[in-house]
Amino acid sequence: MTQQFYVSPEQLMKDRADFARKGIARGRSVVVVSCRDGIALVAENPSPSLHKIGEIYDKIAFAAVGKYNEFESLRQAGVRYADVRGYSYDREDVTARGLASVYAQSLGAVFTAEQKPFEVELAVAEVGSSPDEDHLYRLTFDGSIADEKGFIVMGGQADKVSEAVAAGWQGALDFAGAIRLALAGLVADKETTTLPPSAVEVAVLDRGSESSRGTRRAFRRLEDADITALLAEEN
Amino acid sequence: MQETTANQVAANATSSFTEHLQRQRPDLLPFGQLPFGQQPSAQQFPAGNAATPLQAPHGTTIVALTYAGGVLMAGDRRATMGNVIASRHIEKVFPADQYSVLGIAGTAGIALDITRLFQVELEHYEKIEGTLLSLDGKANRLGAMVRSNLPMAMQGLAVVPLFAGFDRPAGMGRLFSYDVTGGRYEEQEHHTVGSGSMFARGALKKLWRPNLPERDAVSVAVEALYDAADDDSATGGPDPVRQLWPVVYVVNRTGAFRVPERELAAMAGAIIESRAVAQREA
Repeated sequence: MTQQFYVSPEQLMKDRADFARKGIARGRSVVVVSCRDGIALVAENPSPSLHKIGEIYDKIAFAAVGKYNEFESLRQAGVRYADVRGYSYDREDVTARGLASVYAQSLGAVFTAEQKPFEVELAVAEVGSSPDEDHLYRLTFDGSIADEKGFIVMGGQADKVSEAVAAGWQGALDFAGAIRLALAGLVADKETTTLPPSAVEVAVLDRGSESSRGTRRAFRRLEDADITALLAEEN
Repeated sequence: MQETTANQVAANATSSFTEHLQRQRPDLLPFGQLPFGQQPSAQQFPAGNAATPLQAPHGTTIVALTYAGGVLMAGDRRATMGNVIASRHIEKVFPADQYSVLGIAGTAGIALDITRLFQVELEHYEKIEGTLLSLDGKANRLGAMVRSNLPMAMQGLAVVPLFAGFDRPAGMGRLFSYDVTGGRYEEQEHHTVGSGSMFARGALKKLWRPNLPERDAVSVAVEALYDAADDDSATGGPDPVRQLWPVVYVVNRTGAFRVPERELAAMAGAIIESRAVAQREA
């Protein structure tokens, strides 16, 4: 019979955290920016069908970095949670805070109880009627939850990207400005200075979806042509 | 071991909200409060029999017709409970998603819940899969829901929807009717359901013609409902006193839109006026 070595809980948690951090840093970054028009979500993602950004509910979107199978299962669980809640209570009773806390609990449980922690980092964004009422939550692999102001940068060389985004961020940006800022941030850790629209995935949560598009669902995915048109607008 | 895990994952992967509720929260379903797979027995619903029918509001007439750019659906605003008007304001035509609408006749409470479930079902699929369900797929899901309600229908709480949508690949509007067992039938040109459906259908046969322009099609639907209300006491006509007009949705290539009250008021006014001027019995 093999002897089980003693590993201190501190060491065990540290090893797990290092393992998860390494997995997350290997990927490419995602930037979530709150601005005047709403919330812009921009991910470096060459695949047009395997999304890192998704719609959860009327005003709530999801963005993730890390292992696709892990965050995809979390995204689907989030959609189920939100739809069940909205169906059994009312649509306006579904909030980002409730969803983020469910995510935090699931990630925390996986981090301590499972063989291996999830190598993911999530952002849950909710657009409000004014920029002050926007909510951005960052969820890390161990179940920590943080309420962020203005923007979130996750994954890849997050420090460098975050620096670049922080330098240009202001609340008065429109969608074109916010997406331009996010794209400028995403190239901060690269040789190139621009990313083609086909290399990024962009979605927005429209602040005025009821008045501009006549729908409660604020989430809108931007196609390559939409991105090109939006960025071509006057600077 | 590997295979059972894979099988489990595959078995749990569902894009259907109804299936998810059946597994996790069967109590939330509008029909049958039993776990997945179990059928309720007649003893569990002793509510209605021939002598004392259960009194619950019933929705009445819905008309739908195709026109040049797509399809439209209209419903009157009345719900009745026996010989009493239960509601003058009820709305019975709803957008199901961006490209489809449904109208409901039958037990209003269950019908409204089925509508809500159907709306979430379509949105849920769209969010999970990242793509819209095909129009036939939507029609089949609605049929499955009507079928799930069969035990309740046997107790006298039937729900009969009418479904219409724009088939984007085919580039045309399509209409589907259902029976209480969930049977799904594609209809051509126009169709009606509910207590006043016979009279509305008669009117449509005379008023409808191929390739109606959108405005004329809305007017035809309002007039068909007017005729239904004329002969069926459970169908409400246009109500100039309370400013109540039918609910009308048009569905075309660009999506489903509600016709504004203002336009409906003008159309209903014109119909009432033309009938008054004619000074005839019908």
